[in-house]
Amino acid sequence: MTVDSPPAPVQLDTPARPRRIPPAVLLIAPSIVFMALLLGWPVIQGVLQAFRGDEGFTLDYITRMVEDPYFWPAVRNTLLLIAVMIPLQFVFAITMALLLRSNPRLNKVHFFVWAIPLALSDLAAGLVWLSIFNDRGYLNSVLTSLGLDSIPWLAYDNPATLFLCVLVAEVWRSTSLVLVIVVSGLQGIPKDYDEAAQVFGATFWQRLRHVTLPLLKPSLQVALILRTILAFQTFAVAQALTGQNFPLVVGETYRWYTALQNPNVAAALALVILVASMLISVFYLRALRDKGQEGTR
Amino acid sequence: MTTTQTKPLAPQPEVDTAPLKRLRRDRALLQAACIVISLFMLVPIYLISLAALSTRESLNDFPLSLLPTNLSFETLGAFLGSTGILGAFGNSLIVGIGTLLISALIGIPAGYALARFAFPAKEPYQLFLLFTRALPIVVLSVPLARLFLTVDLYDTTYAVILLHTALALPTTILISASVFLSVPIDVEEAARVFGCTPAGAFLKVVMPMALPGLAAASIFTFVMSWNEVLGASILTLDHRTLPAQVLTSLADSPLAYRFAGGFALVIPSIIFIAFMRRYLTNMWGSTIR
Repeated sequence: MTVDSPPAPVQLDTPARPRRIPPAVLLIAPSIVFMALLLGWPVIQGVLQAFRGDEGFTLDYITRMVEDPYFWPAVRNTLLLIAVMIPLQFVFAITMALLLRSNPRLNKVHFFVWAIPLALSDLAAGLVWLSIFNDRGYLNSVLTSLGLDSIPWLAYDNPATLFLCVLVAEVWRSTSLVLVIVVSGLQGIPKDYDEAAQVFGATFWQRLRHVTLPLLKPSLQVALILRTILAFQTFAVAQALTGQNFPLVVGETYRWYTALQNPNVAAALALVILVASMLISVFYLRALRDKGQEGTR
Repeated sequence: MTTTQTKPLAPQPEVDTAPLKRLRRDRALLQAACIVISLFMLVPIYLISLAALSTRESLNDFPLSLLPTNLSFETLGAFLGSTGILGAFGNSLIVGIGTLLISALIGIPAGYALARFAFPAKEPYQLFLLFTRALPIVVLSVPLARLFLTVDLYDTTYAVILLHTALALPTTILISASVFLSVPIDVEEAARVFGCTPAGAFLKVVMPMALPGLAAASIFTFVMSWNEVLGASILTLDHRTLPAQVLTSLADSPLAYRFAGGFALVIPSIIFIAFMRRYLTNMWGSTIR
């Protein structure tokens, strides 16, 4: 589980003490109250907002949401982005972590550089890549000076390059989170296993497949759940790079709330995200269960 | 058989250098791969800095120069001088520090309890913390906006502080619990033996040892709050934080403004990571589980 507690300190309970509230309860009570008010209550309100009209229960907001021309493209884009990005960045992050483990020169510097995007918002990442991908940006400048034609990367009628740009920007930004989790997971694995396998003549791929990855599974599980949930919430990258041309579900929520001034449909969209996040976590926990249980610590 | 002869398979006098060469080649490839990845990470940051520090005219050139030939603070100055940006900077700082303080105030005691005491609902409480990490910001923001409207908190920095604290609290609790776990319980007991009260032992003995880790956790909270875009832009109209301000003025702003905005958002994160780099793996490794 989350935190392994050491054996609880022996409480010298004198019978004279009348107080029955243990100190632990006093210490955690504020956090429970706070989270109930600001996490639990809004979720309940969100469900009500999405389903309650002027006269009781209604599906109006759901139908409006589904009939919006941007809704299905947004769902499709979000799922597509997740399906392509997650495997890609996991391969990337594991490669990077293994590179770091092989102790290259300047590995501290490399790790620092690779971790910088950890503290970047997706808005910042979108703006960074906007300077590269826009029509008169740096990428087209390079292409032109190499004598190639410049490509309208972010044109609305070019969905493939739109997707590619958002994908590159998101992979650039969010891989470092996976990297840091994988690196800390690798630090917890004694090198002996790997060396033993090496002594017995296992190739690099065999060691990766049968030794390192299975031992890394708990970390990967955590990273997978966290990254997928966060990936569902991607929107500012697309907003900064493409405006409305590459709709994502959370971006739609923002649009319904701010531009269209309809909090109810926005709440309905938010519920879509919530349900998707829950389902995906349960799916991962089930799929990766067998070893994740006792391996977590 | 002498003990010095370790290679029974090499009777020929010439030493086989192929494995050594292969090793050297592999090392060189590893180095090259690291450098390529570092370039992939750094070049975009270099380019946004270049774009933000170029003059407006040179941004209109095509093809753009990849070298810093036309450096000036004009674009950045115009961005900082445009309406709302300095205020948004201030708001971001207020919200970040407010979030940090409140989540530390509520989260650190809870983390301590989690690390040191056994209490009845511990398992469900931890599960609840894990569950709240999975709550998307967007689910909270829309209903909270309505709540804050009714209690007159809408469009204030307090509203954003409350939202960010709610988001950061589970992480703060888990991180501080793992920090306190790394402080040996023996020192605390020793302090008690020598006559400290529980609070005294905590403040005089545990706290100094836990402080670096807790500070790192606080910086993390600050970074999260500094970067959060969606909730802040839903909960405010005039008192926006910096990312929210940039986001809402995206559609009707020139490219130079957007680049300057991107630069202004990137620089603090490099500084954060520079401060945090020793704690990165420790924190993420121990907390997320």
